[in-house]
Amino acid sequence: MRTAYRTADRAMLRDVAAIGAAMVAVGASFGAVAVAAGLPVWATLAMSVFLYAGGAQFMAVGLVAAGSPVAAVLAGLLLNARHLPFGLALGGALGRRRWQRLLGSHLMTDEATAFALARPAGPGRRRAFWLAGALLFLAWNAGTLLGVLAGGAVGDPAALGLDAAFPAGLAALLLPSLRDRDTRRVALAGAGLAVLATPVLPAGVPVLLALAALIVPALRGRGASSADQVPDGTAVAGPEQHGPPGPDGAAPDPAHHAGPVVRAGEASC
Amino acid sequence: MLIAVILALAVGTYGFRVAGVLLRDRLQLPEWARHLLPVAAAALLAALAATAALTEAGRFAGYARPAGVLVGLLLAWRRAPFVLVVVAAASTTALLRLLGVA
Repeated sequence: MRTAYRTADRAMLRDVAAIGAAMVAVGASFGAVAVAAGLPVWATLAMSVFLYAGGAQFMAVGLVAAGSPVAAVLAGLLLNARHLPFGLALGGALGRRRWQRLLGSHLMTDEATAFALARPAGPGRRRAFWLAGALLFLAWNAGTLLGVLAGGAVGDPAALGLDAAFPAGLAALLLPSLRDRDTRRVALAGAGLAVLATPVLPAGVPVLLALAALIVPALRGRGASSADQVPDGTAVAGPEQHGPPGPDGAAPDPAHHAGPVVRAGEASC
Repeated sequence: MLIAVILALAVGTYGFRVAGVLLRDRLQLPEWARHLLPVAAAALLAALAATAALTEAGRFAGYARPAGVLVGLLLAWRRAPFVLVVVAAASTTALLRLLGVA
């Protein structure tokens, strides 16, 4: 048992490291951009530690620099509202004890969520969540520090194609769960809705709109229950998955309206 | 003022994060609702991936990024290792940009 865990952990460590490396680079870009926009060093570092949400951080820097602090708060919170349904889906995956749930909640990102839900419920999912959550938190904050120190010497993450790395990683994590027919229909309809709504709605809302796609199976199946397909509410993804990691937010939610500063890949973390 | 912005964002974001986790304990959800939770998370993640792949600041992100994501997606579909998926997606996009494709 223990050996099986170790092997799985090592494979997952490698996967998380791939996303973690991208997060270091995007975090560095955040640190450099924030300092260049006139944010004090303490505020830049505090954002990465206490807010820990890449899309909202980039957006806040842009809006604060533009002189709209209230908009920064509202837009950031709208962007992060998706964490509530993530928390509902993760539930006990954070651990049984109270402190595990309170601390683990802070480590919740898109990528950590995708990583955890790609495994069946149980100890494996819990380990996946904590491994991805802790490593990606460290990666994002190490990157921010690096960016603050290196300033303009930090390259543009877009030149490295990192803005493609996060959505590709999320999609790869998600793919096994799409073998279930109802999940596939809902996910594809939701993704389509979100993309169509993106030009006309404020950042964060299109993604939430994807939840409306939950009615799709009800429309079609009328009780042709998906129960036989969803293995008792456990894994979003199949168990055999070699779980890819994803740092939360790494899929940068395009910080629209985020203002001038932000570029691709911001969503990470 | 800056500290108030950071505080409000940090507290509000943590509130969203912890609310779902704690609510899950308290709510006695019927079976069908518990089935829906992972499906809802999948829909959100798919929407995140799709909007991040295709859009930037509310507009089309250009061709280089979705092309990279597509390469990654094809590799993932062929069950390539996760690291390869991520690296291939980024390299494809970086290469296209190097060649002048937006």
